[in-house]
Amino acid sequence: MECVFGMVGKGFALVVADTSAVNSILVHKSNEDKIMVLDSHKLMGASGEAGDRAQFTEYVQKNVALYQYRNGIPLTTKAAANFMRGELATALRKNPYMVNIVLAGFDRDTGPSLYFIDYIATLHKVDKAAFGYGSYFALSMMDRHYHQDMTVDEAIRLAEQCIEEIRSRLVVAPQNFVIKIVDEDGAREHSWRRTTRD
Amino acid sequence: MARYDRAITVFSPDGHLFQVEYALEAVRKGNAAVGVRGTDTIVLGVEKKSTVKLQDSRSVRKIVSLDDHIALACAGLKADARVLINRARIECQSHRLTVEDPVTVEYITRYIAGLQQKYTQSGGVRPFGLSTLIVGFDPYTGVPSLYQTDPSGTFSAWKANATGRNSNSMREFLEKNYKETSGQETIKLAIRALLEVVESGGKNIEVAVMTNEGLRQLDEAEIDAIVAEIEAEKAAAEAAKKAPAKET
Repeated sequence: MECVFGMVGKGFALVVADTSAVNSILVHKSNEDKIMVLDSHKLMGASGEAGDRAQFTEYVQKNVALYQYRNGIPLTTKAAANFMRGELATALRKNPYMVNIVLAGFDRDTGPSLYFIDYIATLHKVDKAAFGYGSYFALSMMDRHYHQDMTVDEAIRLAEQCIEEIRSRLVVAPQNFVIKIVDEDGAREHSWRRTTRD
Repeated sequence: MARYDRAITVFSPDGHLFQVEYALEAVRKGNAAVGVRGTDTIVLGVEKKSTVKLQDSRSVRKIVSLDDHIALACAGLKADARVLINRARIECQSHRLTVEDPVTVEYITRYIAGLQQKYTQSGGVRPFGLSTLIVGFDPYTGVPSLYQTDPSGTFSAWKANATGRNSNSMREFLEKNYKETSGQETIKLAIRALLEVVESGGKNIEVAVMTNEGLRQLDEAEIDAIVAEIEAEKAAAEAAKKAPAKET
């Protein structure tokens, strides 16, 4: 039911996530922010087991901050992605984190990038990624309409199309979505797509 | 007393821990460091020995950030400082992770002091040879604080303090001249204290200013400008003293 997807555009990367917190048939809240701002120029959209999601993402965030204090410069997106993958891999055969992550970042020298990180520590650098049942629809939509170097408006339009598909075709579709963007000015919330108010 | 200074877990008959006192000696030989607390600004200043020509001065930062709102300067063994600073940085993040709040200045000072004390009461280890000056603004309340720790593991809060070489002269100066200041006045007071014991000039001093917005390291040009201001003020004060005497 949870859905997170993202894509890379011209000089920016986008991450979209649903905002429902669900326990079996009960919706706890529909404004749960699942896209964590990892540091000034990184976004981490996470889906999966709620406890693991919060625990793992906060742990990564604090370690990324520690690296910055120790070394005086922030981690690159690639380094952060590999760090996360390493943590997931180490925990996998003992006490796995059931979290799927879409990591979007902007680095001054390499520009925007997007990473797909699975709960079993798969790591792929991609242009578009999606997790959850919604991924069937989001990926198909993006396969059809995505192209290199999209503008922000084009990417937002594509994200809206994906959200439309998810809303209309998924039997238990999440009600609200949040869109966050990262570009050279930093990582920030872009907008929400709501059907219900919390 | 020679028998009582090898294993530091041993007291001397007259109640001294010699290793701790020797560590304080190491601090007294270290570079001068001063900290001044203002109402909205806290300033840390450290003596910089005239840079060895081939050294990249960017790699020897004497005033470091522990977190967004906490900074530390120290006098003494720099290698020991690296270890303590690393542990403190980890603790700052660990605190944020467990209680979702940044540390207060007093908390992290207590942590560092606790660490220093542990090494005065363990077998086979020696104390950390440094005293630290820790500054910061408490989260939520925004209260500025300046703390000092020493090798024995004691800590206390100060309005202004100095440590390292010639710290007594600096402290005397501060006791005579301290008053509640803010902004640029606080920076000037800290630099004036440091200039009492350090050769004047931007390349011999490292100054960092902590405000609610964070830590800012002053660059050489800025420091030179403030030093020039201070010298001008001193000269004017001297002239004023001489002038009335001439008139009579």
